[in-house]
Amino acid sequence: MSRFASPVDLIGNTPLLDISQLSPNPSVSILVKLEGCNPGGSVKDRIARSMILAAEANGSLAPGQTIIESSSGNTGIGLALVARSRGYKLKIVLPENVSPERKQLLEIYGAEIISSPGSEGSNGAVKVAQKLAADHPEWWYPYQYANPANVDAHYTGTGPEIWRDCPEVTHFVAGLGTSGTLLGVGRYLKEQNPAVQIWAVEPPAGEMVDGLKNLDEGYIPPIFIDFGGADLLNRKKMVGPRESIEGVRTLAEIGVLVGLSTGAAFLGATKCAAEIDSGVVVFLSPDGAWKYLSSEAWTGDLDEATERARQTLYF
Amino acid sequence: MAVQVRIPTILRPDAGGQAVVEAEGETVGELFADLVARFPNLSSKVITEEGQLHKFVNVYVNDDDVRYLDKLDTKVTAADTISILPAVAGG
Repeated sequence: MSRFASPVDLIGNTPLLDISQLSPNPSVSILVKLEGCNPGGSVKDRIARSMILAAEANGSLAPGQTIIESSSGNTGIGLALVARSRGYKLKIVLPENVSPERKQLLEIYGAEIISSPGSEGSNGAVKVAQKLAADHPEWWYPYQYANPANVDAHYTGTGPEIWRDCPEVTHFVAGLGTSGTLLGVGRYLKEQNPAVQIWAVEPPAGEMVDGLKNLDEGYIPPIFIDFGGADLLNRKKMVGPRESIEGVRTLAEIGVLVGLSTGAAFLGATKCAAEIDSGVVVFLSPDGAWKYLSSEAWTGDLDEATERARQTLYF
Repeated sequence: MAVQVRIPTILRPDAGGQAVVEAEGETVGELFADLVARFPNLSSKVITEEGQLHKFVNVYVNDDDVRYLDKLDTKVTAADTISILPAVAGG
C-alpha cells in the first residue's frame, strides 16, 4: 500500500539495500537498512511514535499536554513530527554543538529549543531535561534512555522487518546511542536465530565530553541495564570521526547519501566482514546526509571536515 | 613489555597530567596494576574494589571494547594502543 492518511503512518518499513560491492570480503554480503527513509528523516521516528502511543494508551499523556525531552536532534525531530500531527506542544533540550540543520528542522516542526552546554554532550542535555521534568510534573517526559517503548519500537518493527527481508542475516551492526536499536533488534533476531551476532559501534568520547567533571557523571542508559545489554552484545567497536567521514564518502560513491553516524556503522560492518570467514552483515543507517550538508563532510578537505566533526555531536 | 595507554582528559590530573602513559603487562589487567602502582589516584576510578572495570569507564584495545573481549584478561602487545574513555550517552 502506498497511500496514507497521516505522516505518522509513513514510519517504518524502510528499505534494505545490498551494498556488497563495498564488502572487503567476497564471502560476506553487506546490506544497509536505510532509516533516513522515515518521514522525519531518521530511525528515531520509530521510537517517537512508539513512546507517544504507549503513553496515550496508559494515560500518562493526554491531548494538549506539553512534552519535554532531551535529544541530540533526531529523537526531537521524530517527536516533533508525531507531536505536530497529534496536537502536543514540544520542548527539546538540545546540546549547543549539533548541526544547524537539526535546529532548523525542530523549529520548522514548531518545537521549542532549550540549549544545553555542548561540552557536556548528551549527558548534559539529559540532566537539564530531568530537572525541568521534575519542576514541571504537568509535562510528559518520555525519557528515551529509560523508556521500554524505545526498545519495543525495534523489537516489533525494525527487527521483524530485517528478518522478513533478510532471514540469512548472521551479524547485525548498529550505533550505540540510547542502545534501543541494538536491544530491540538484537533481542528479536537472537530469538529467531540464536547464532546471530550483535555488534555495537560508538564514537570515541573525546573532546565532546570535556565538560564532564568526574567519571560519576558518566552515563549508561537504564534500558541497557534493564534489557541485559551487556549479555546481548557480542562486540563493541569504536569508530572515530575521520573513519566515519571516509565511510560516508565511500557510500556516496555508490549513490548512497547518509549521515555521519552511518559512516561509523558502515566501518563497523566492514570490520566485521573482514574478521569473519563468511556471512551476511546487516547494518543500520540512522539517517540521511541532508542534515549534515553544512558540515561539508563530503566536499571539504578531509582533515578540516574531521576537525569540524570532532566538535559536533552527530550520534 | 611497554604498551601505550591513552588517558582521558577527566583522568589526566590523576596520571601526572599526561595524555599518554606507558605501562607494562601482557593483559589489560596487568597494565592497570602497573599504572595504579605509579598513579595510586587512578585506582578507584578505573577498577572497583571487586576488581572489575568501573561501570562508567570503557577500555579499548585499539578499536575493541574489552568488555566484549576477555575483559581485564584481554591480551595486549606492544603494537596495541589502549584507550580509557568515559561512558557517555548518544541519542
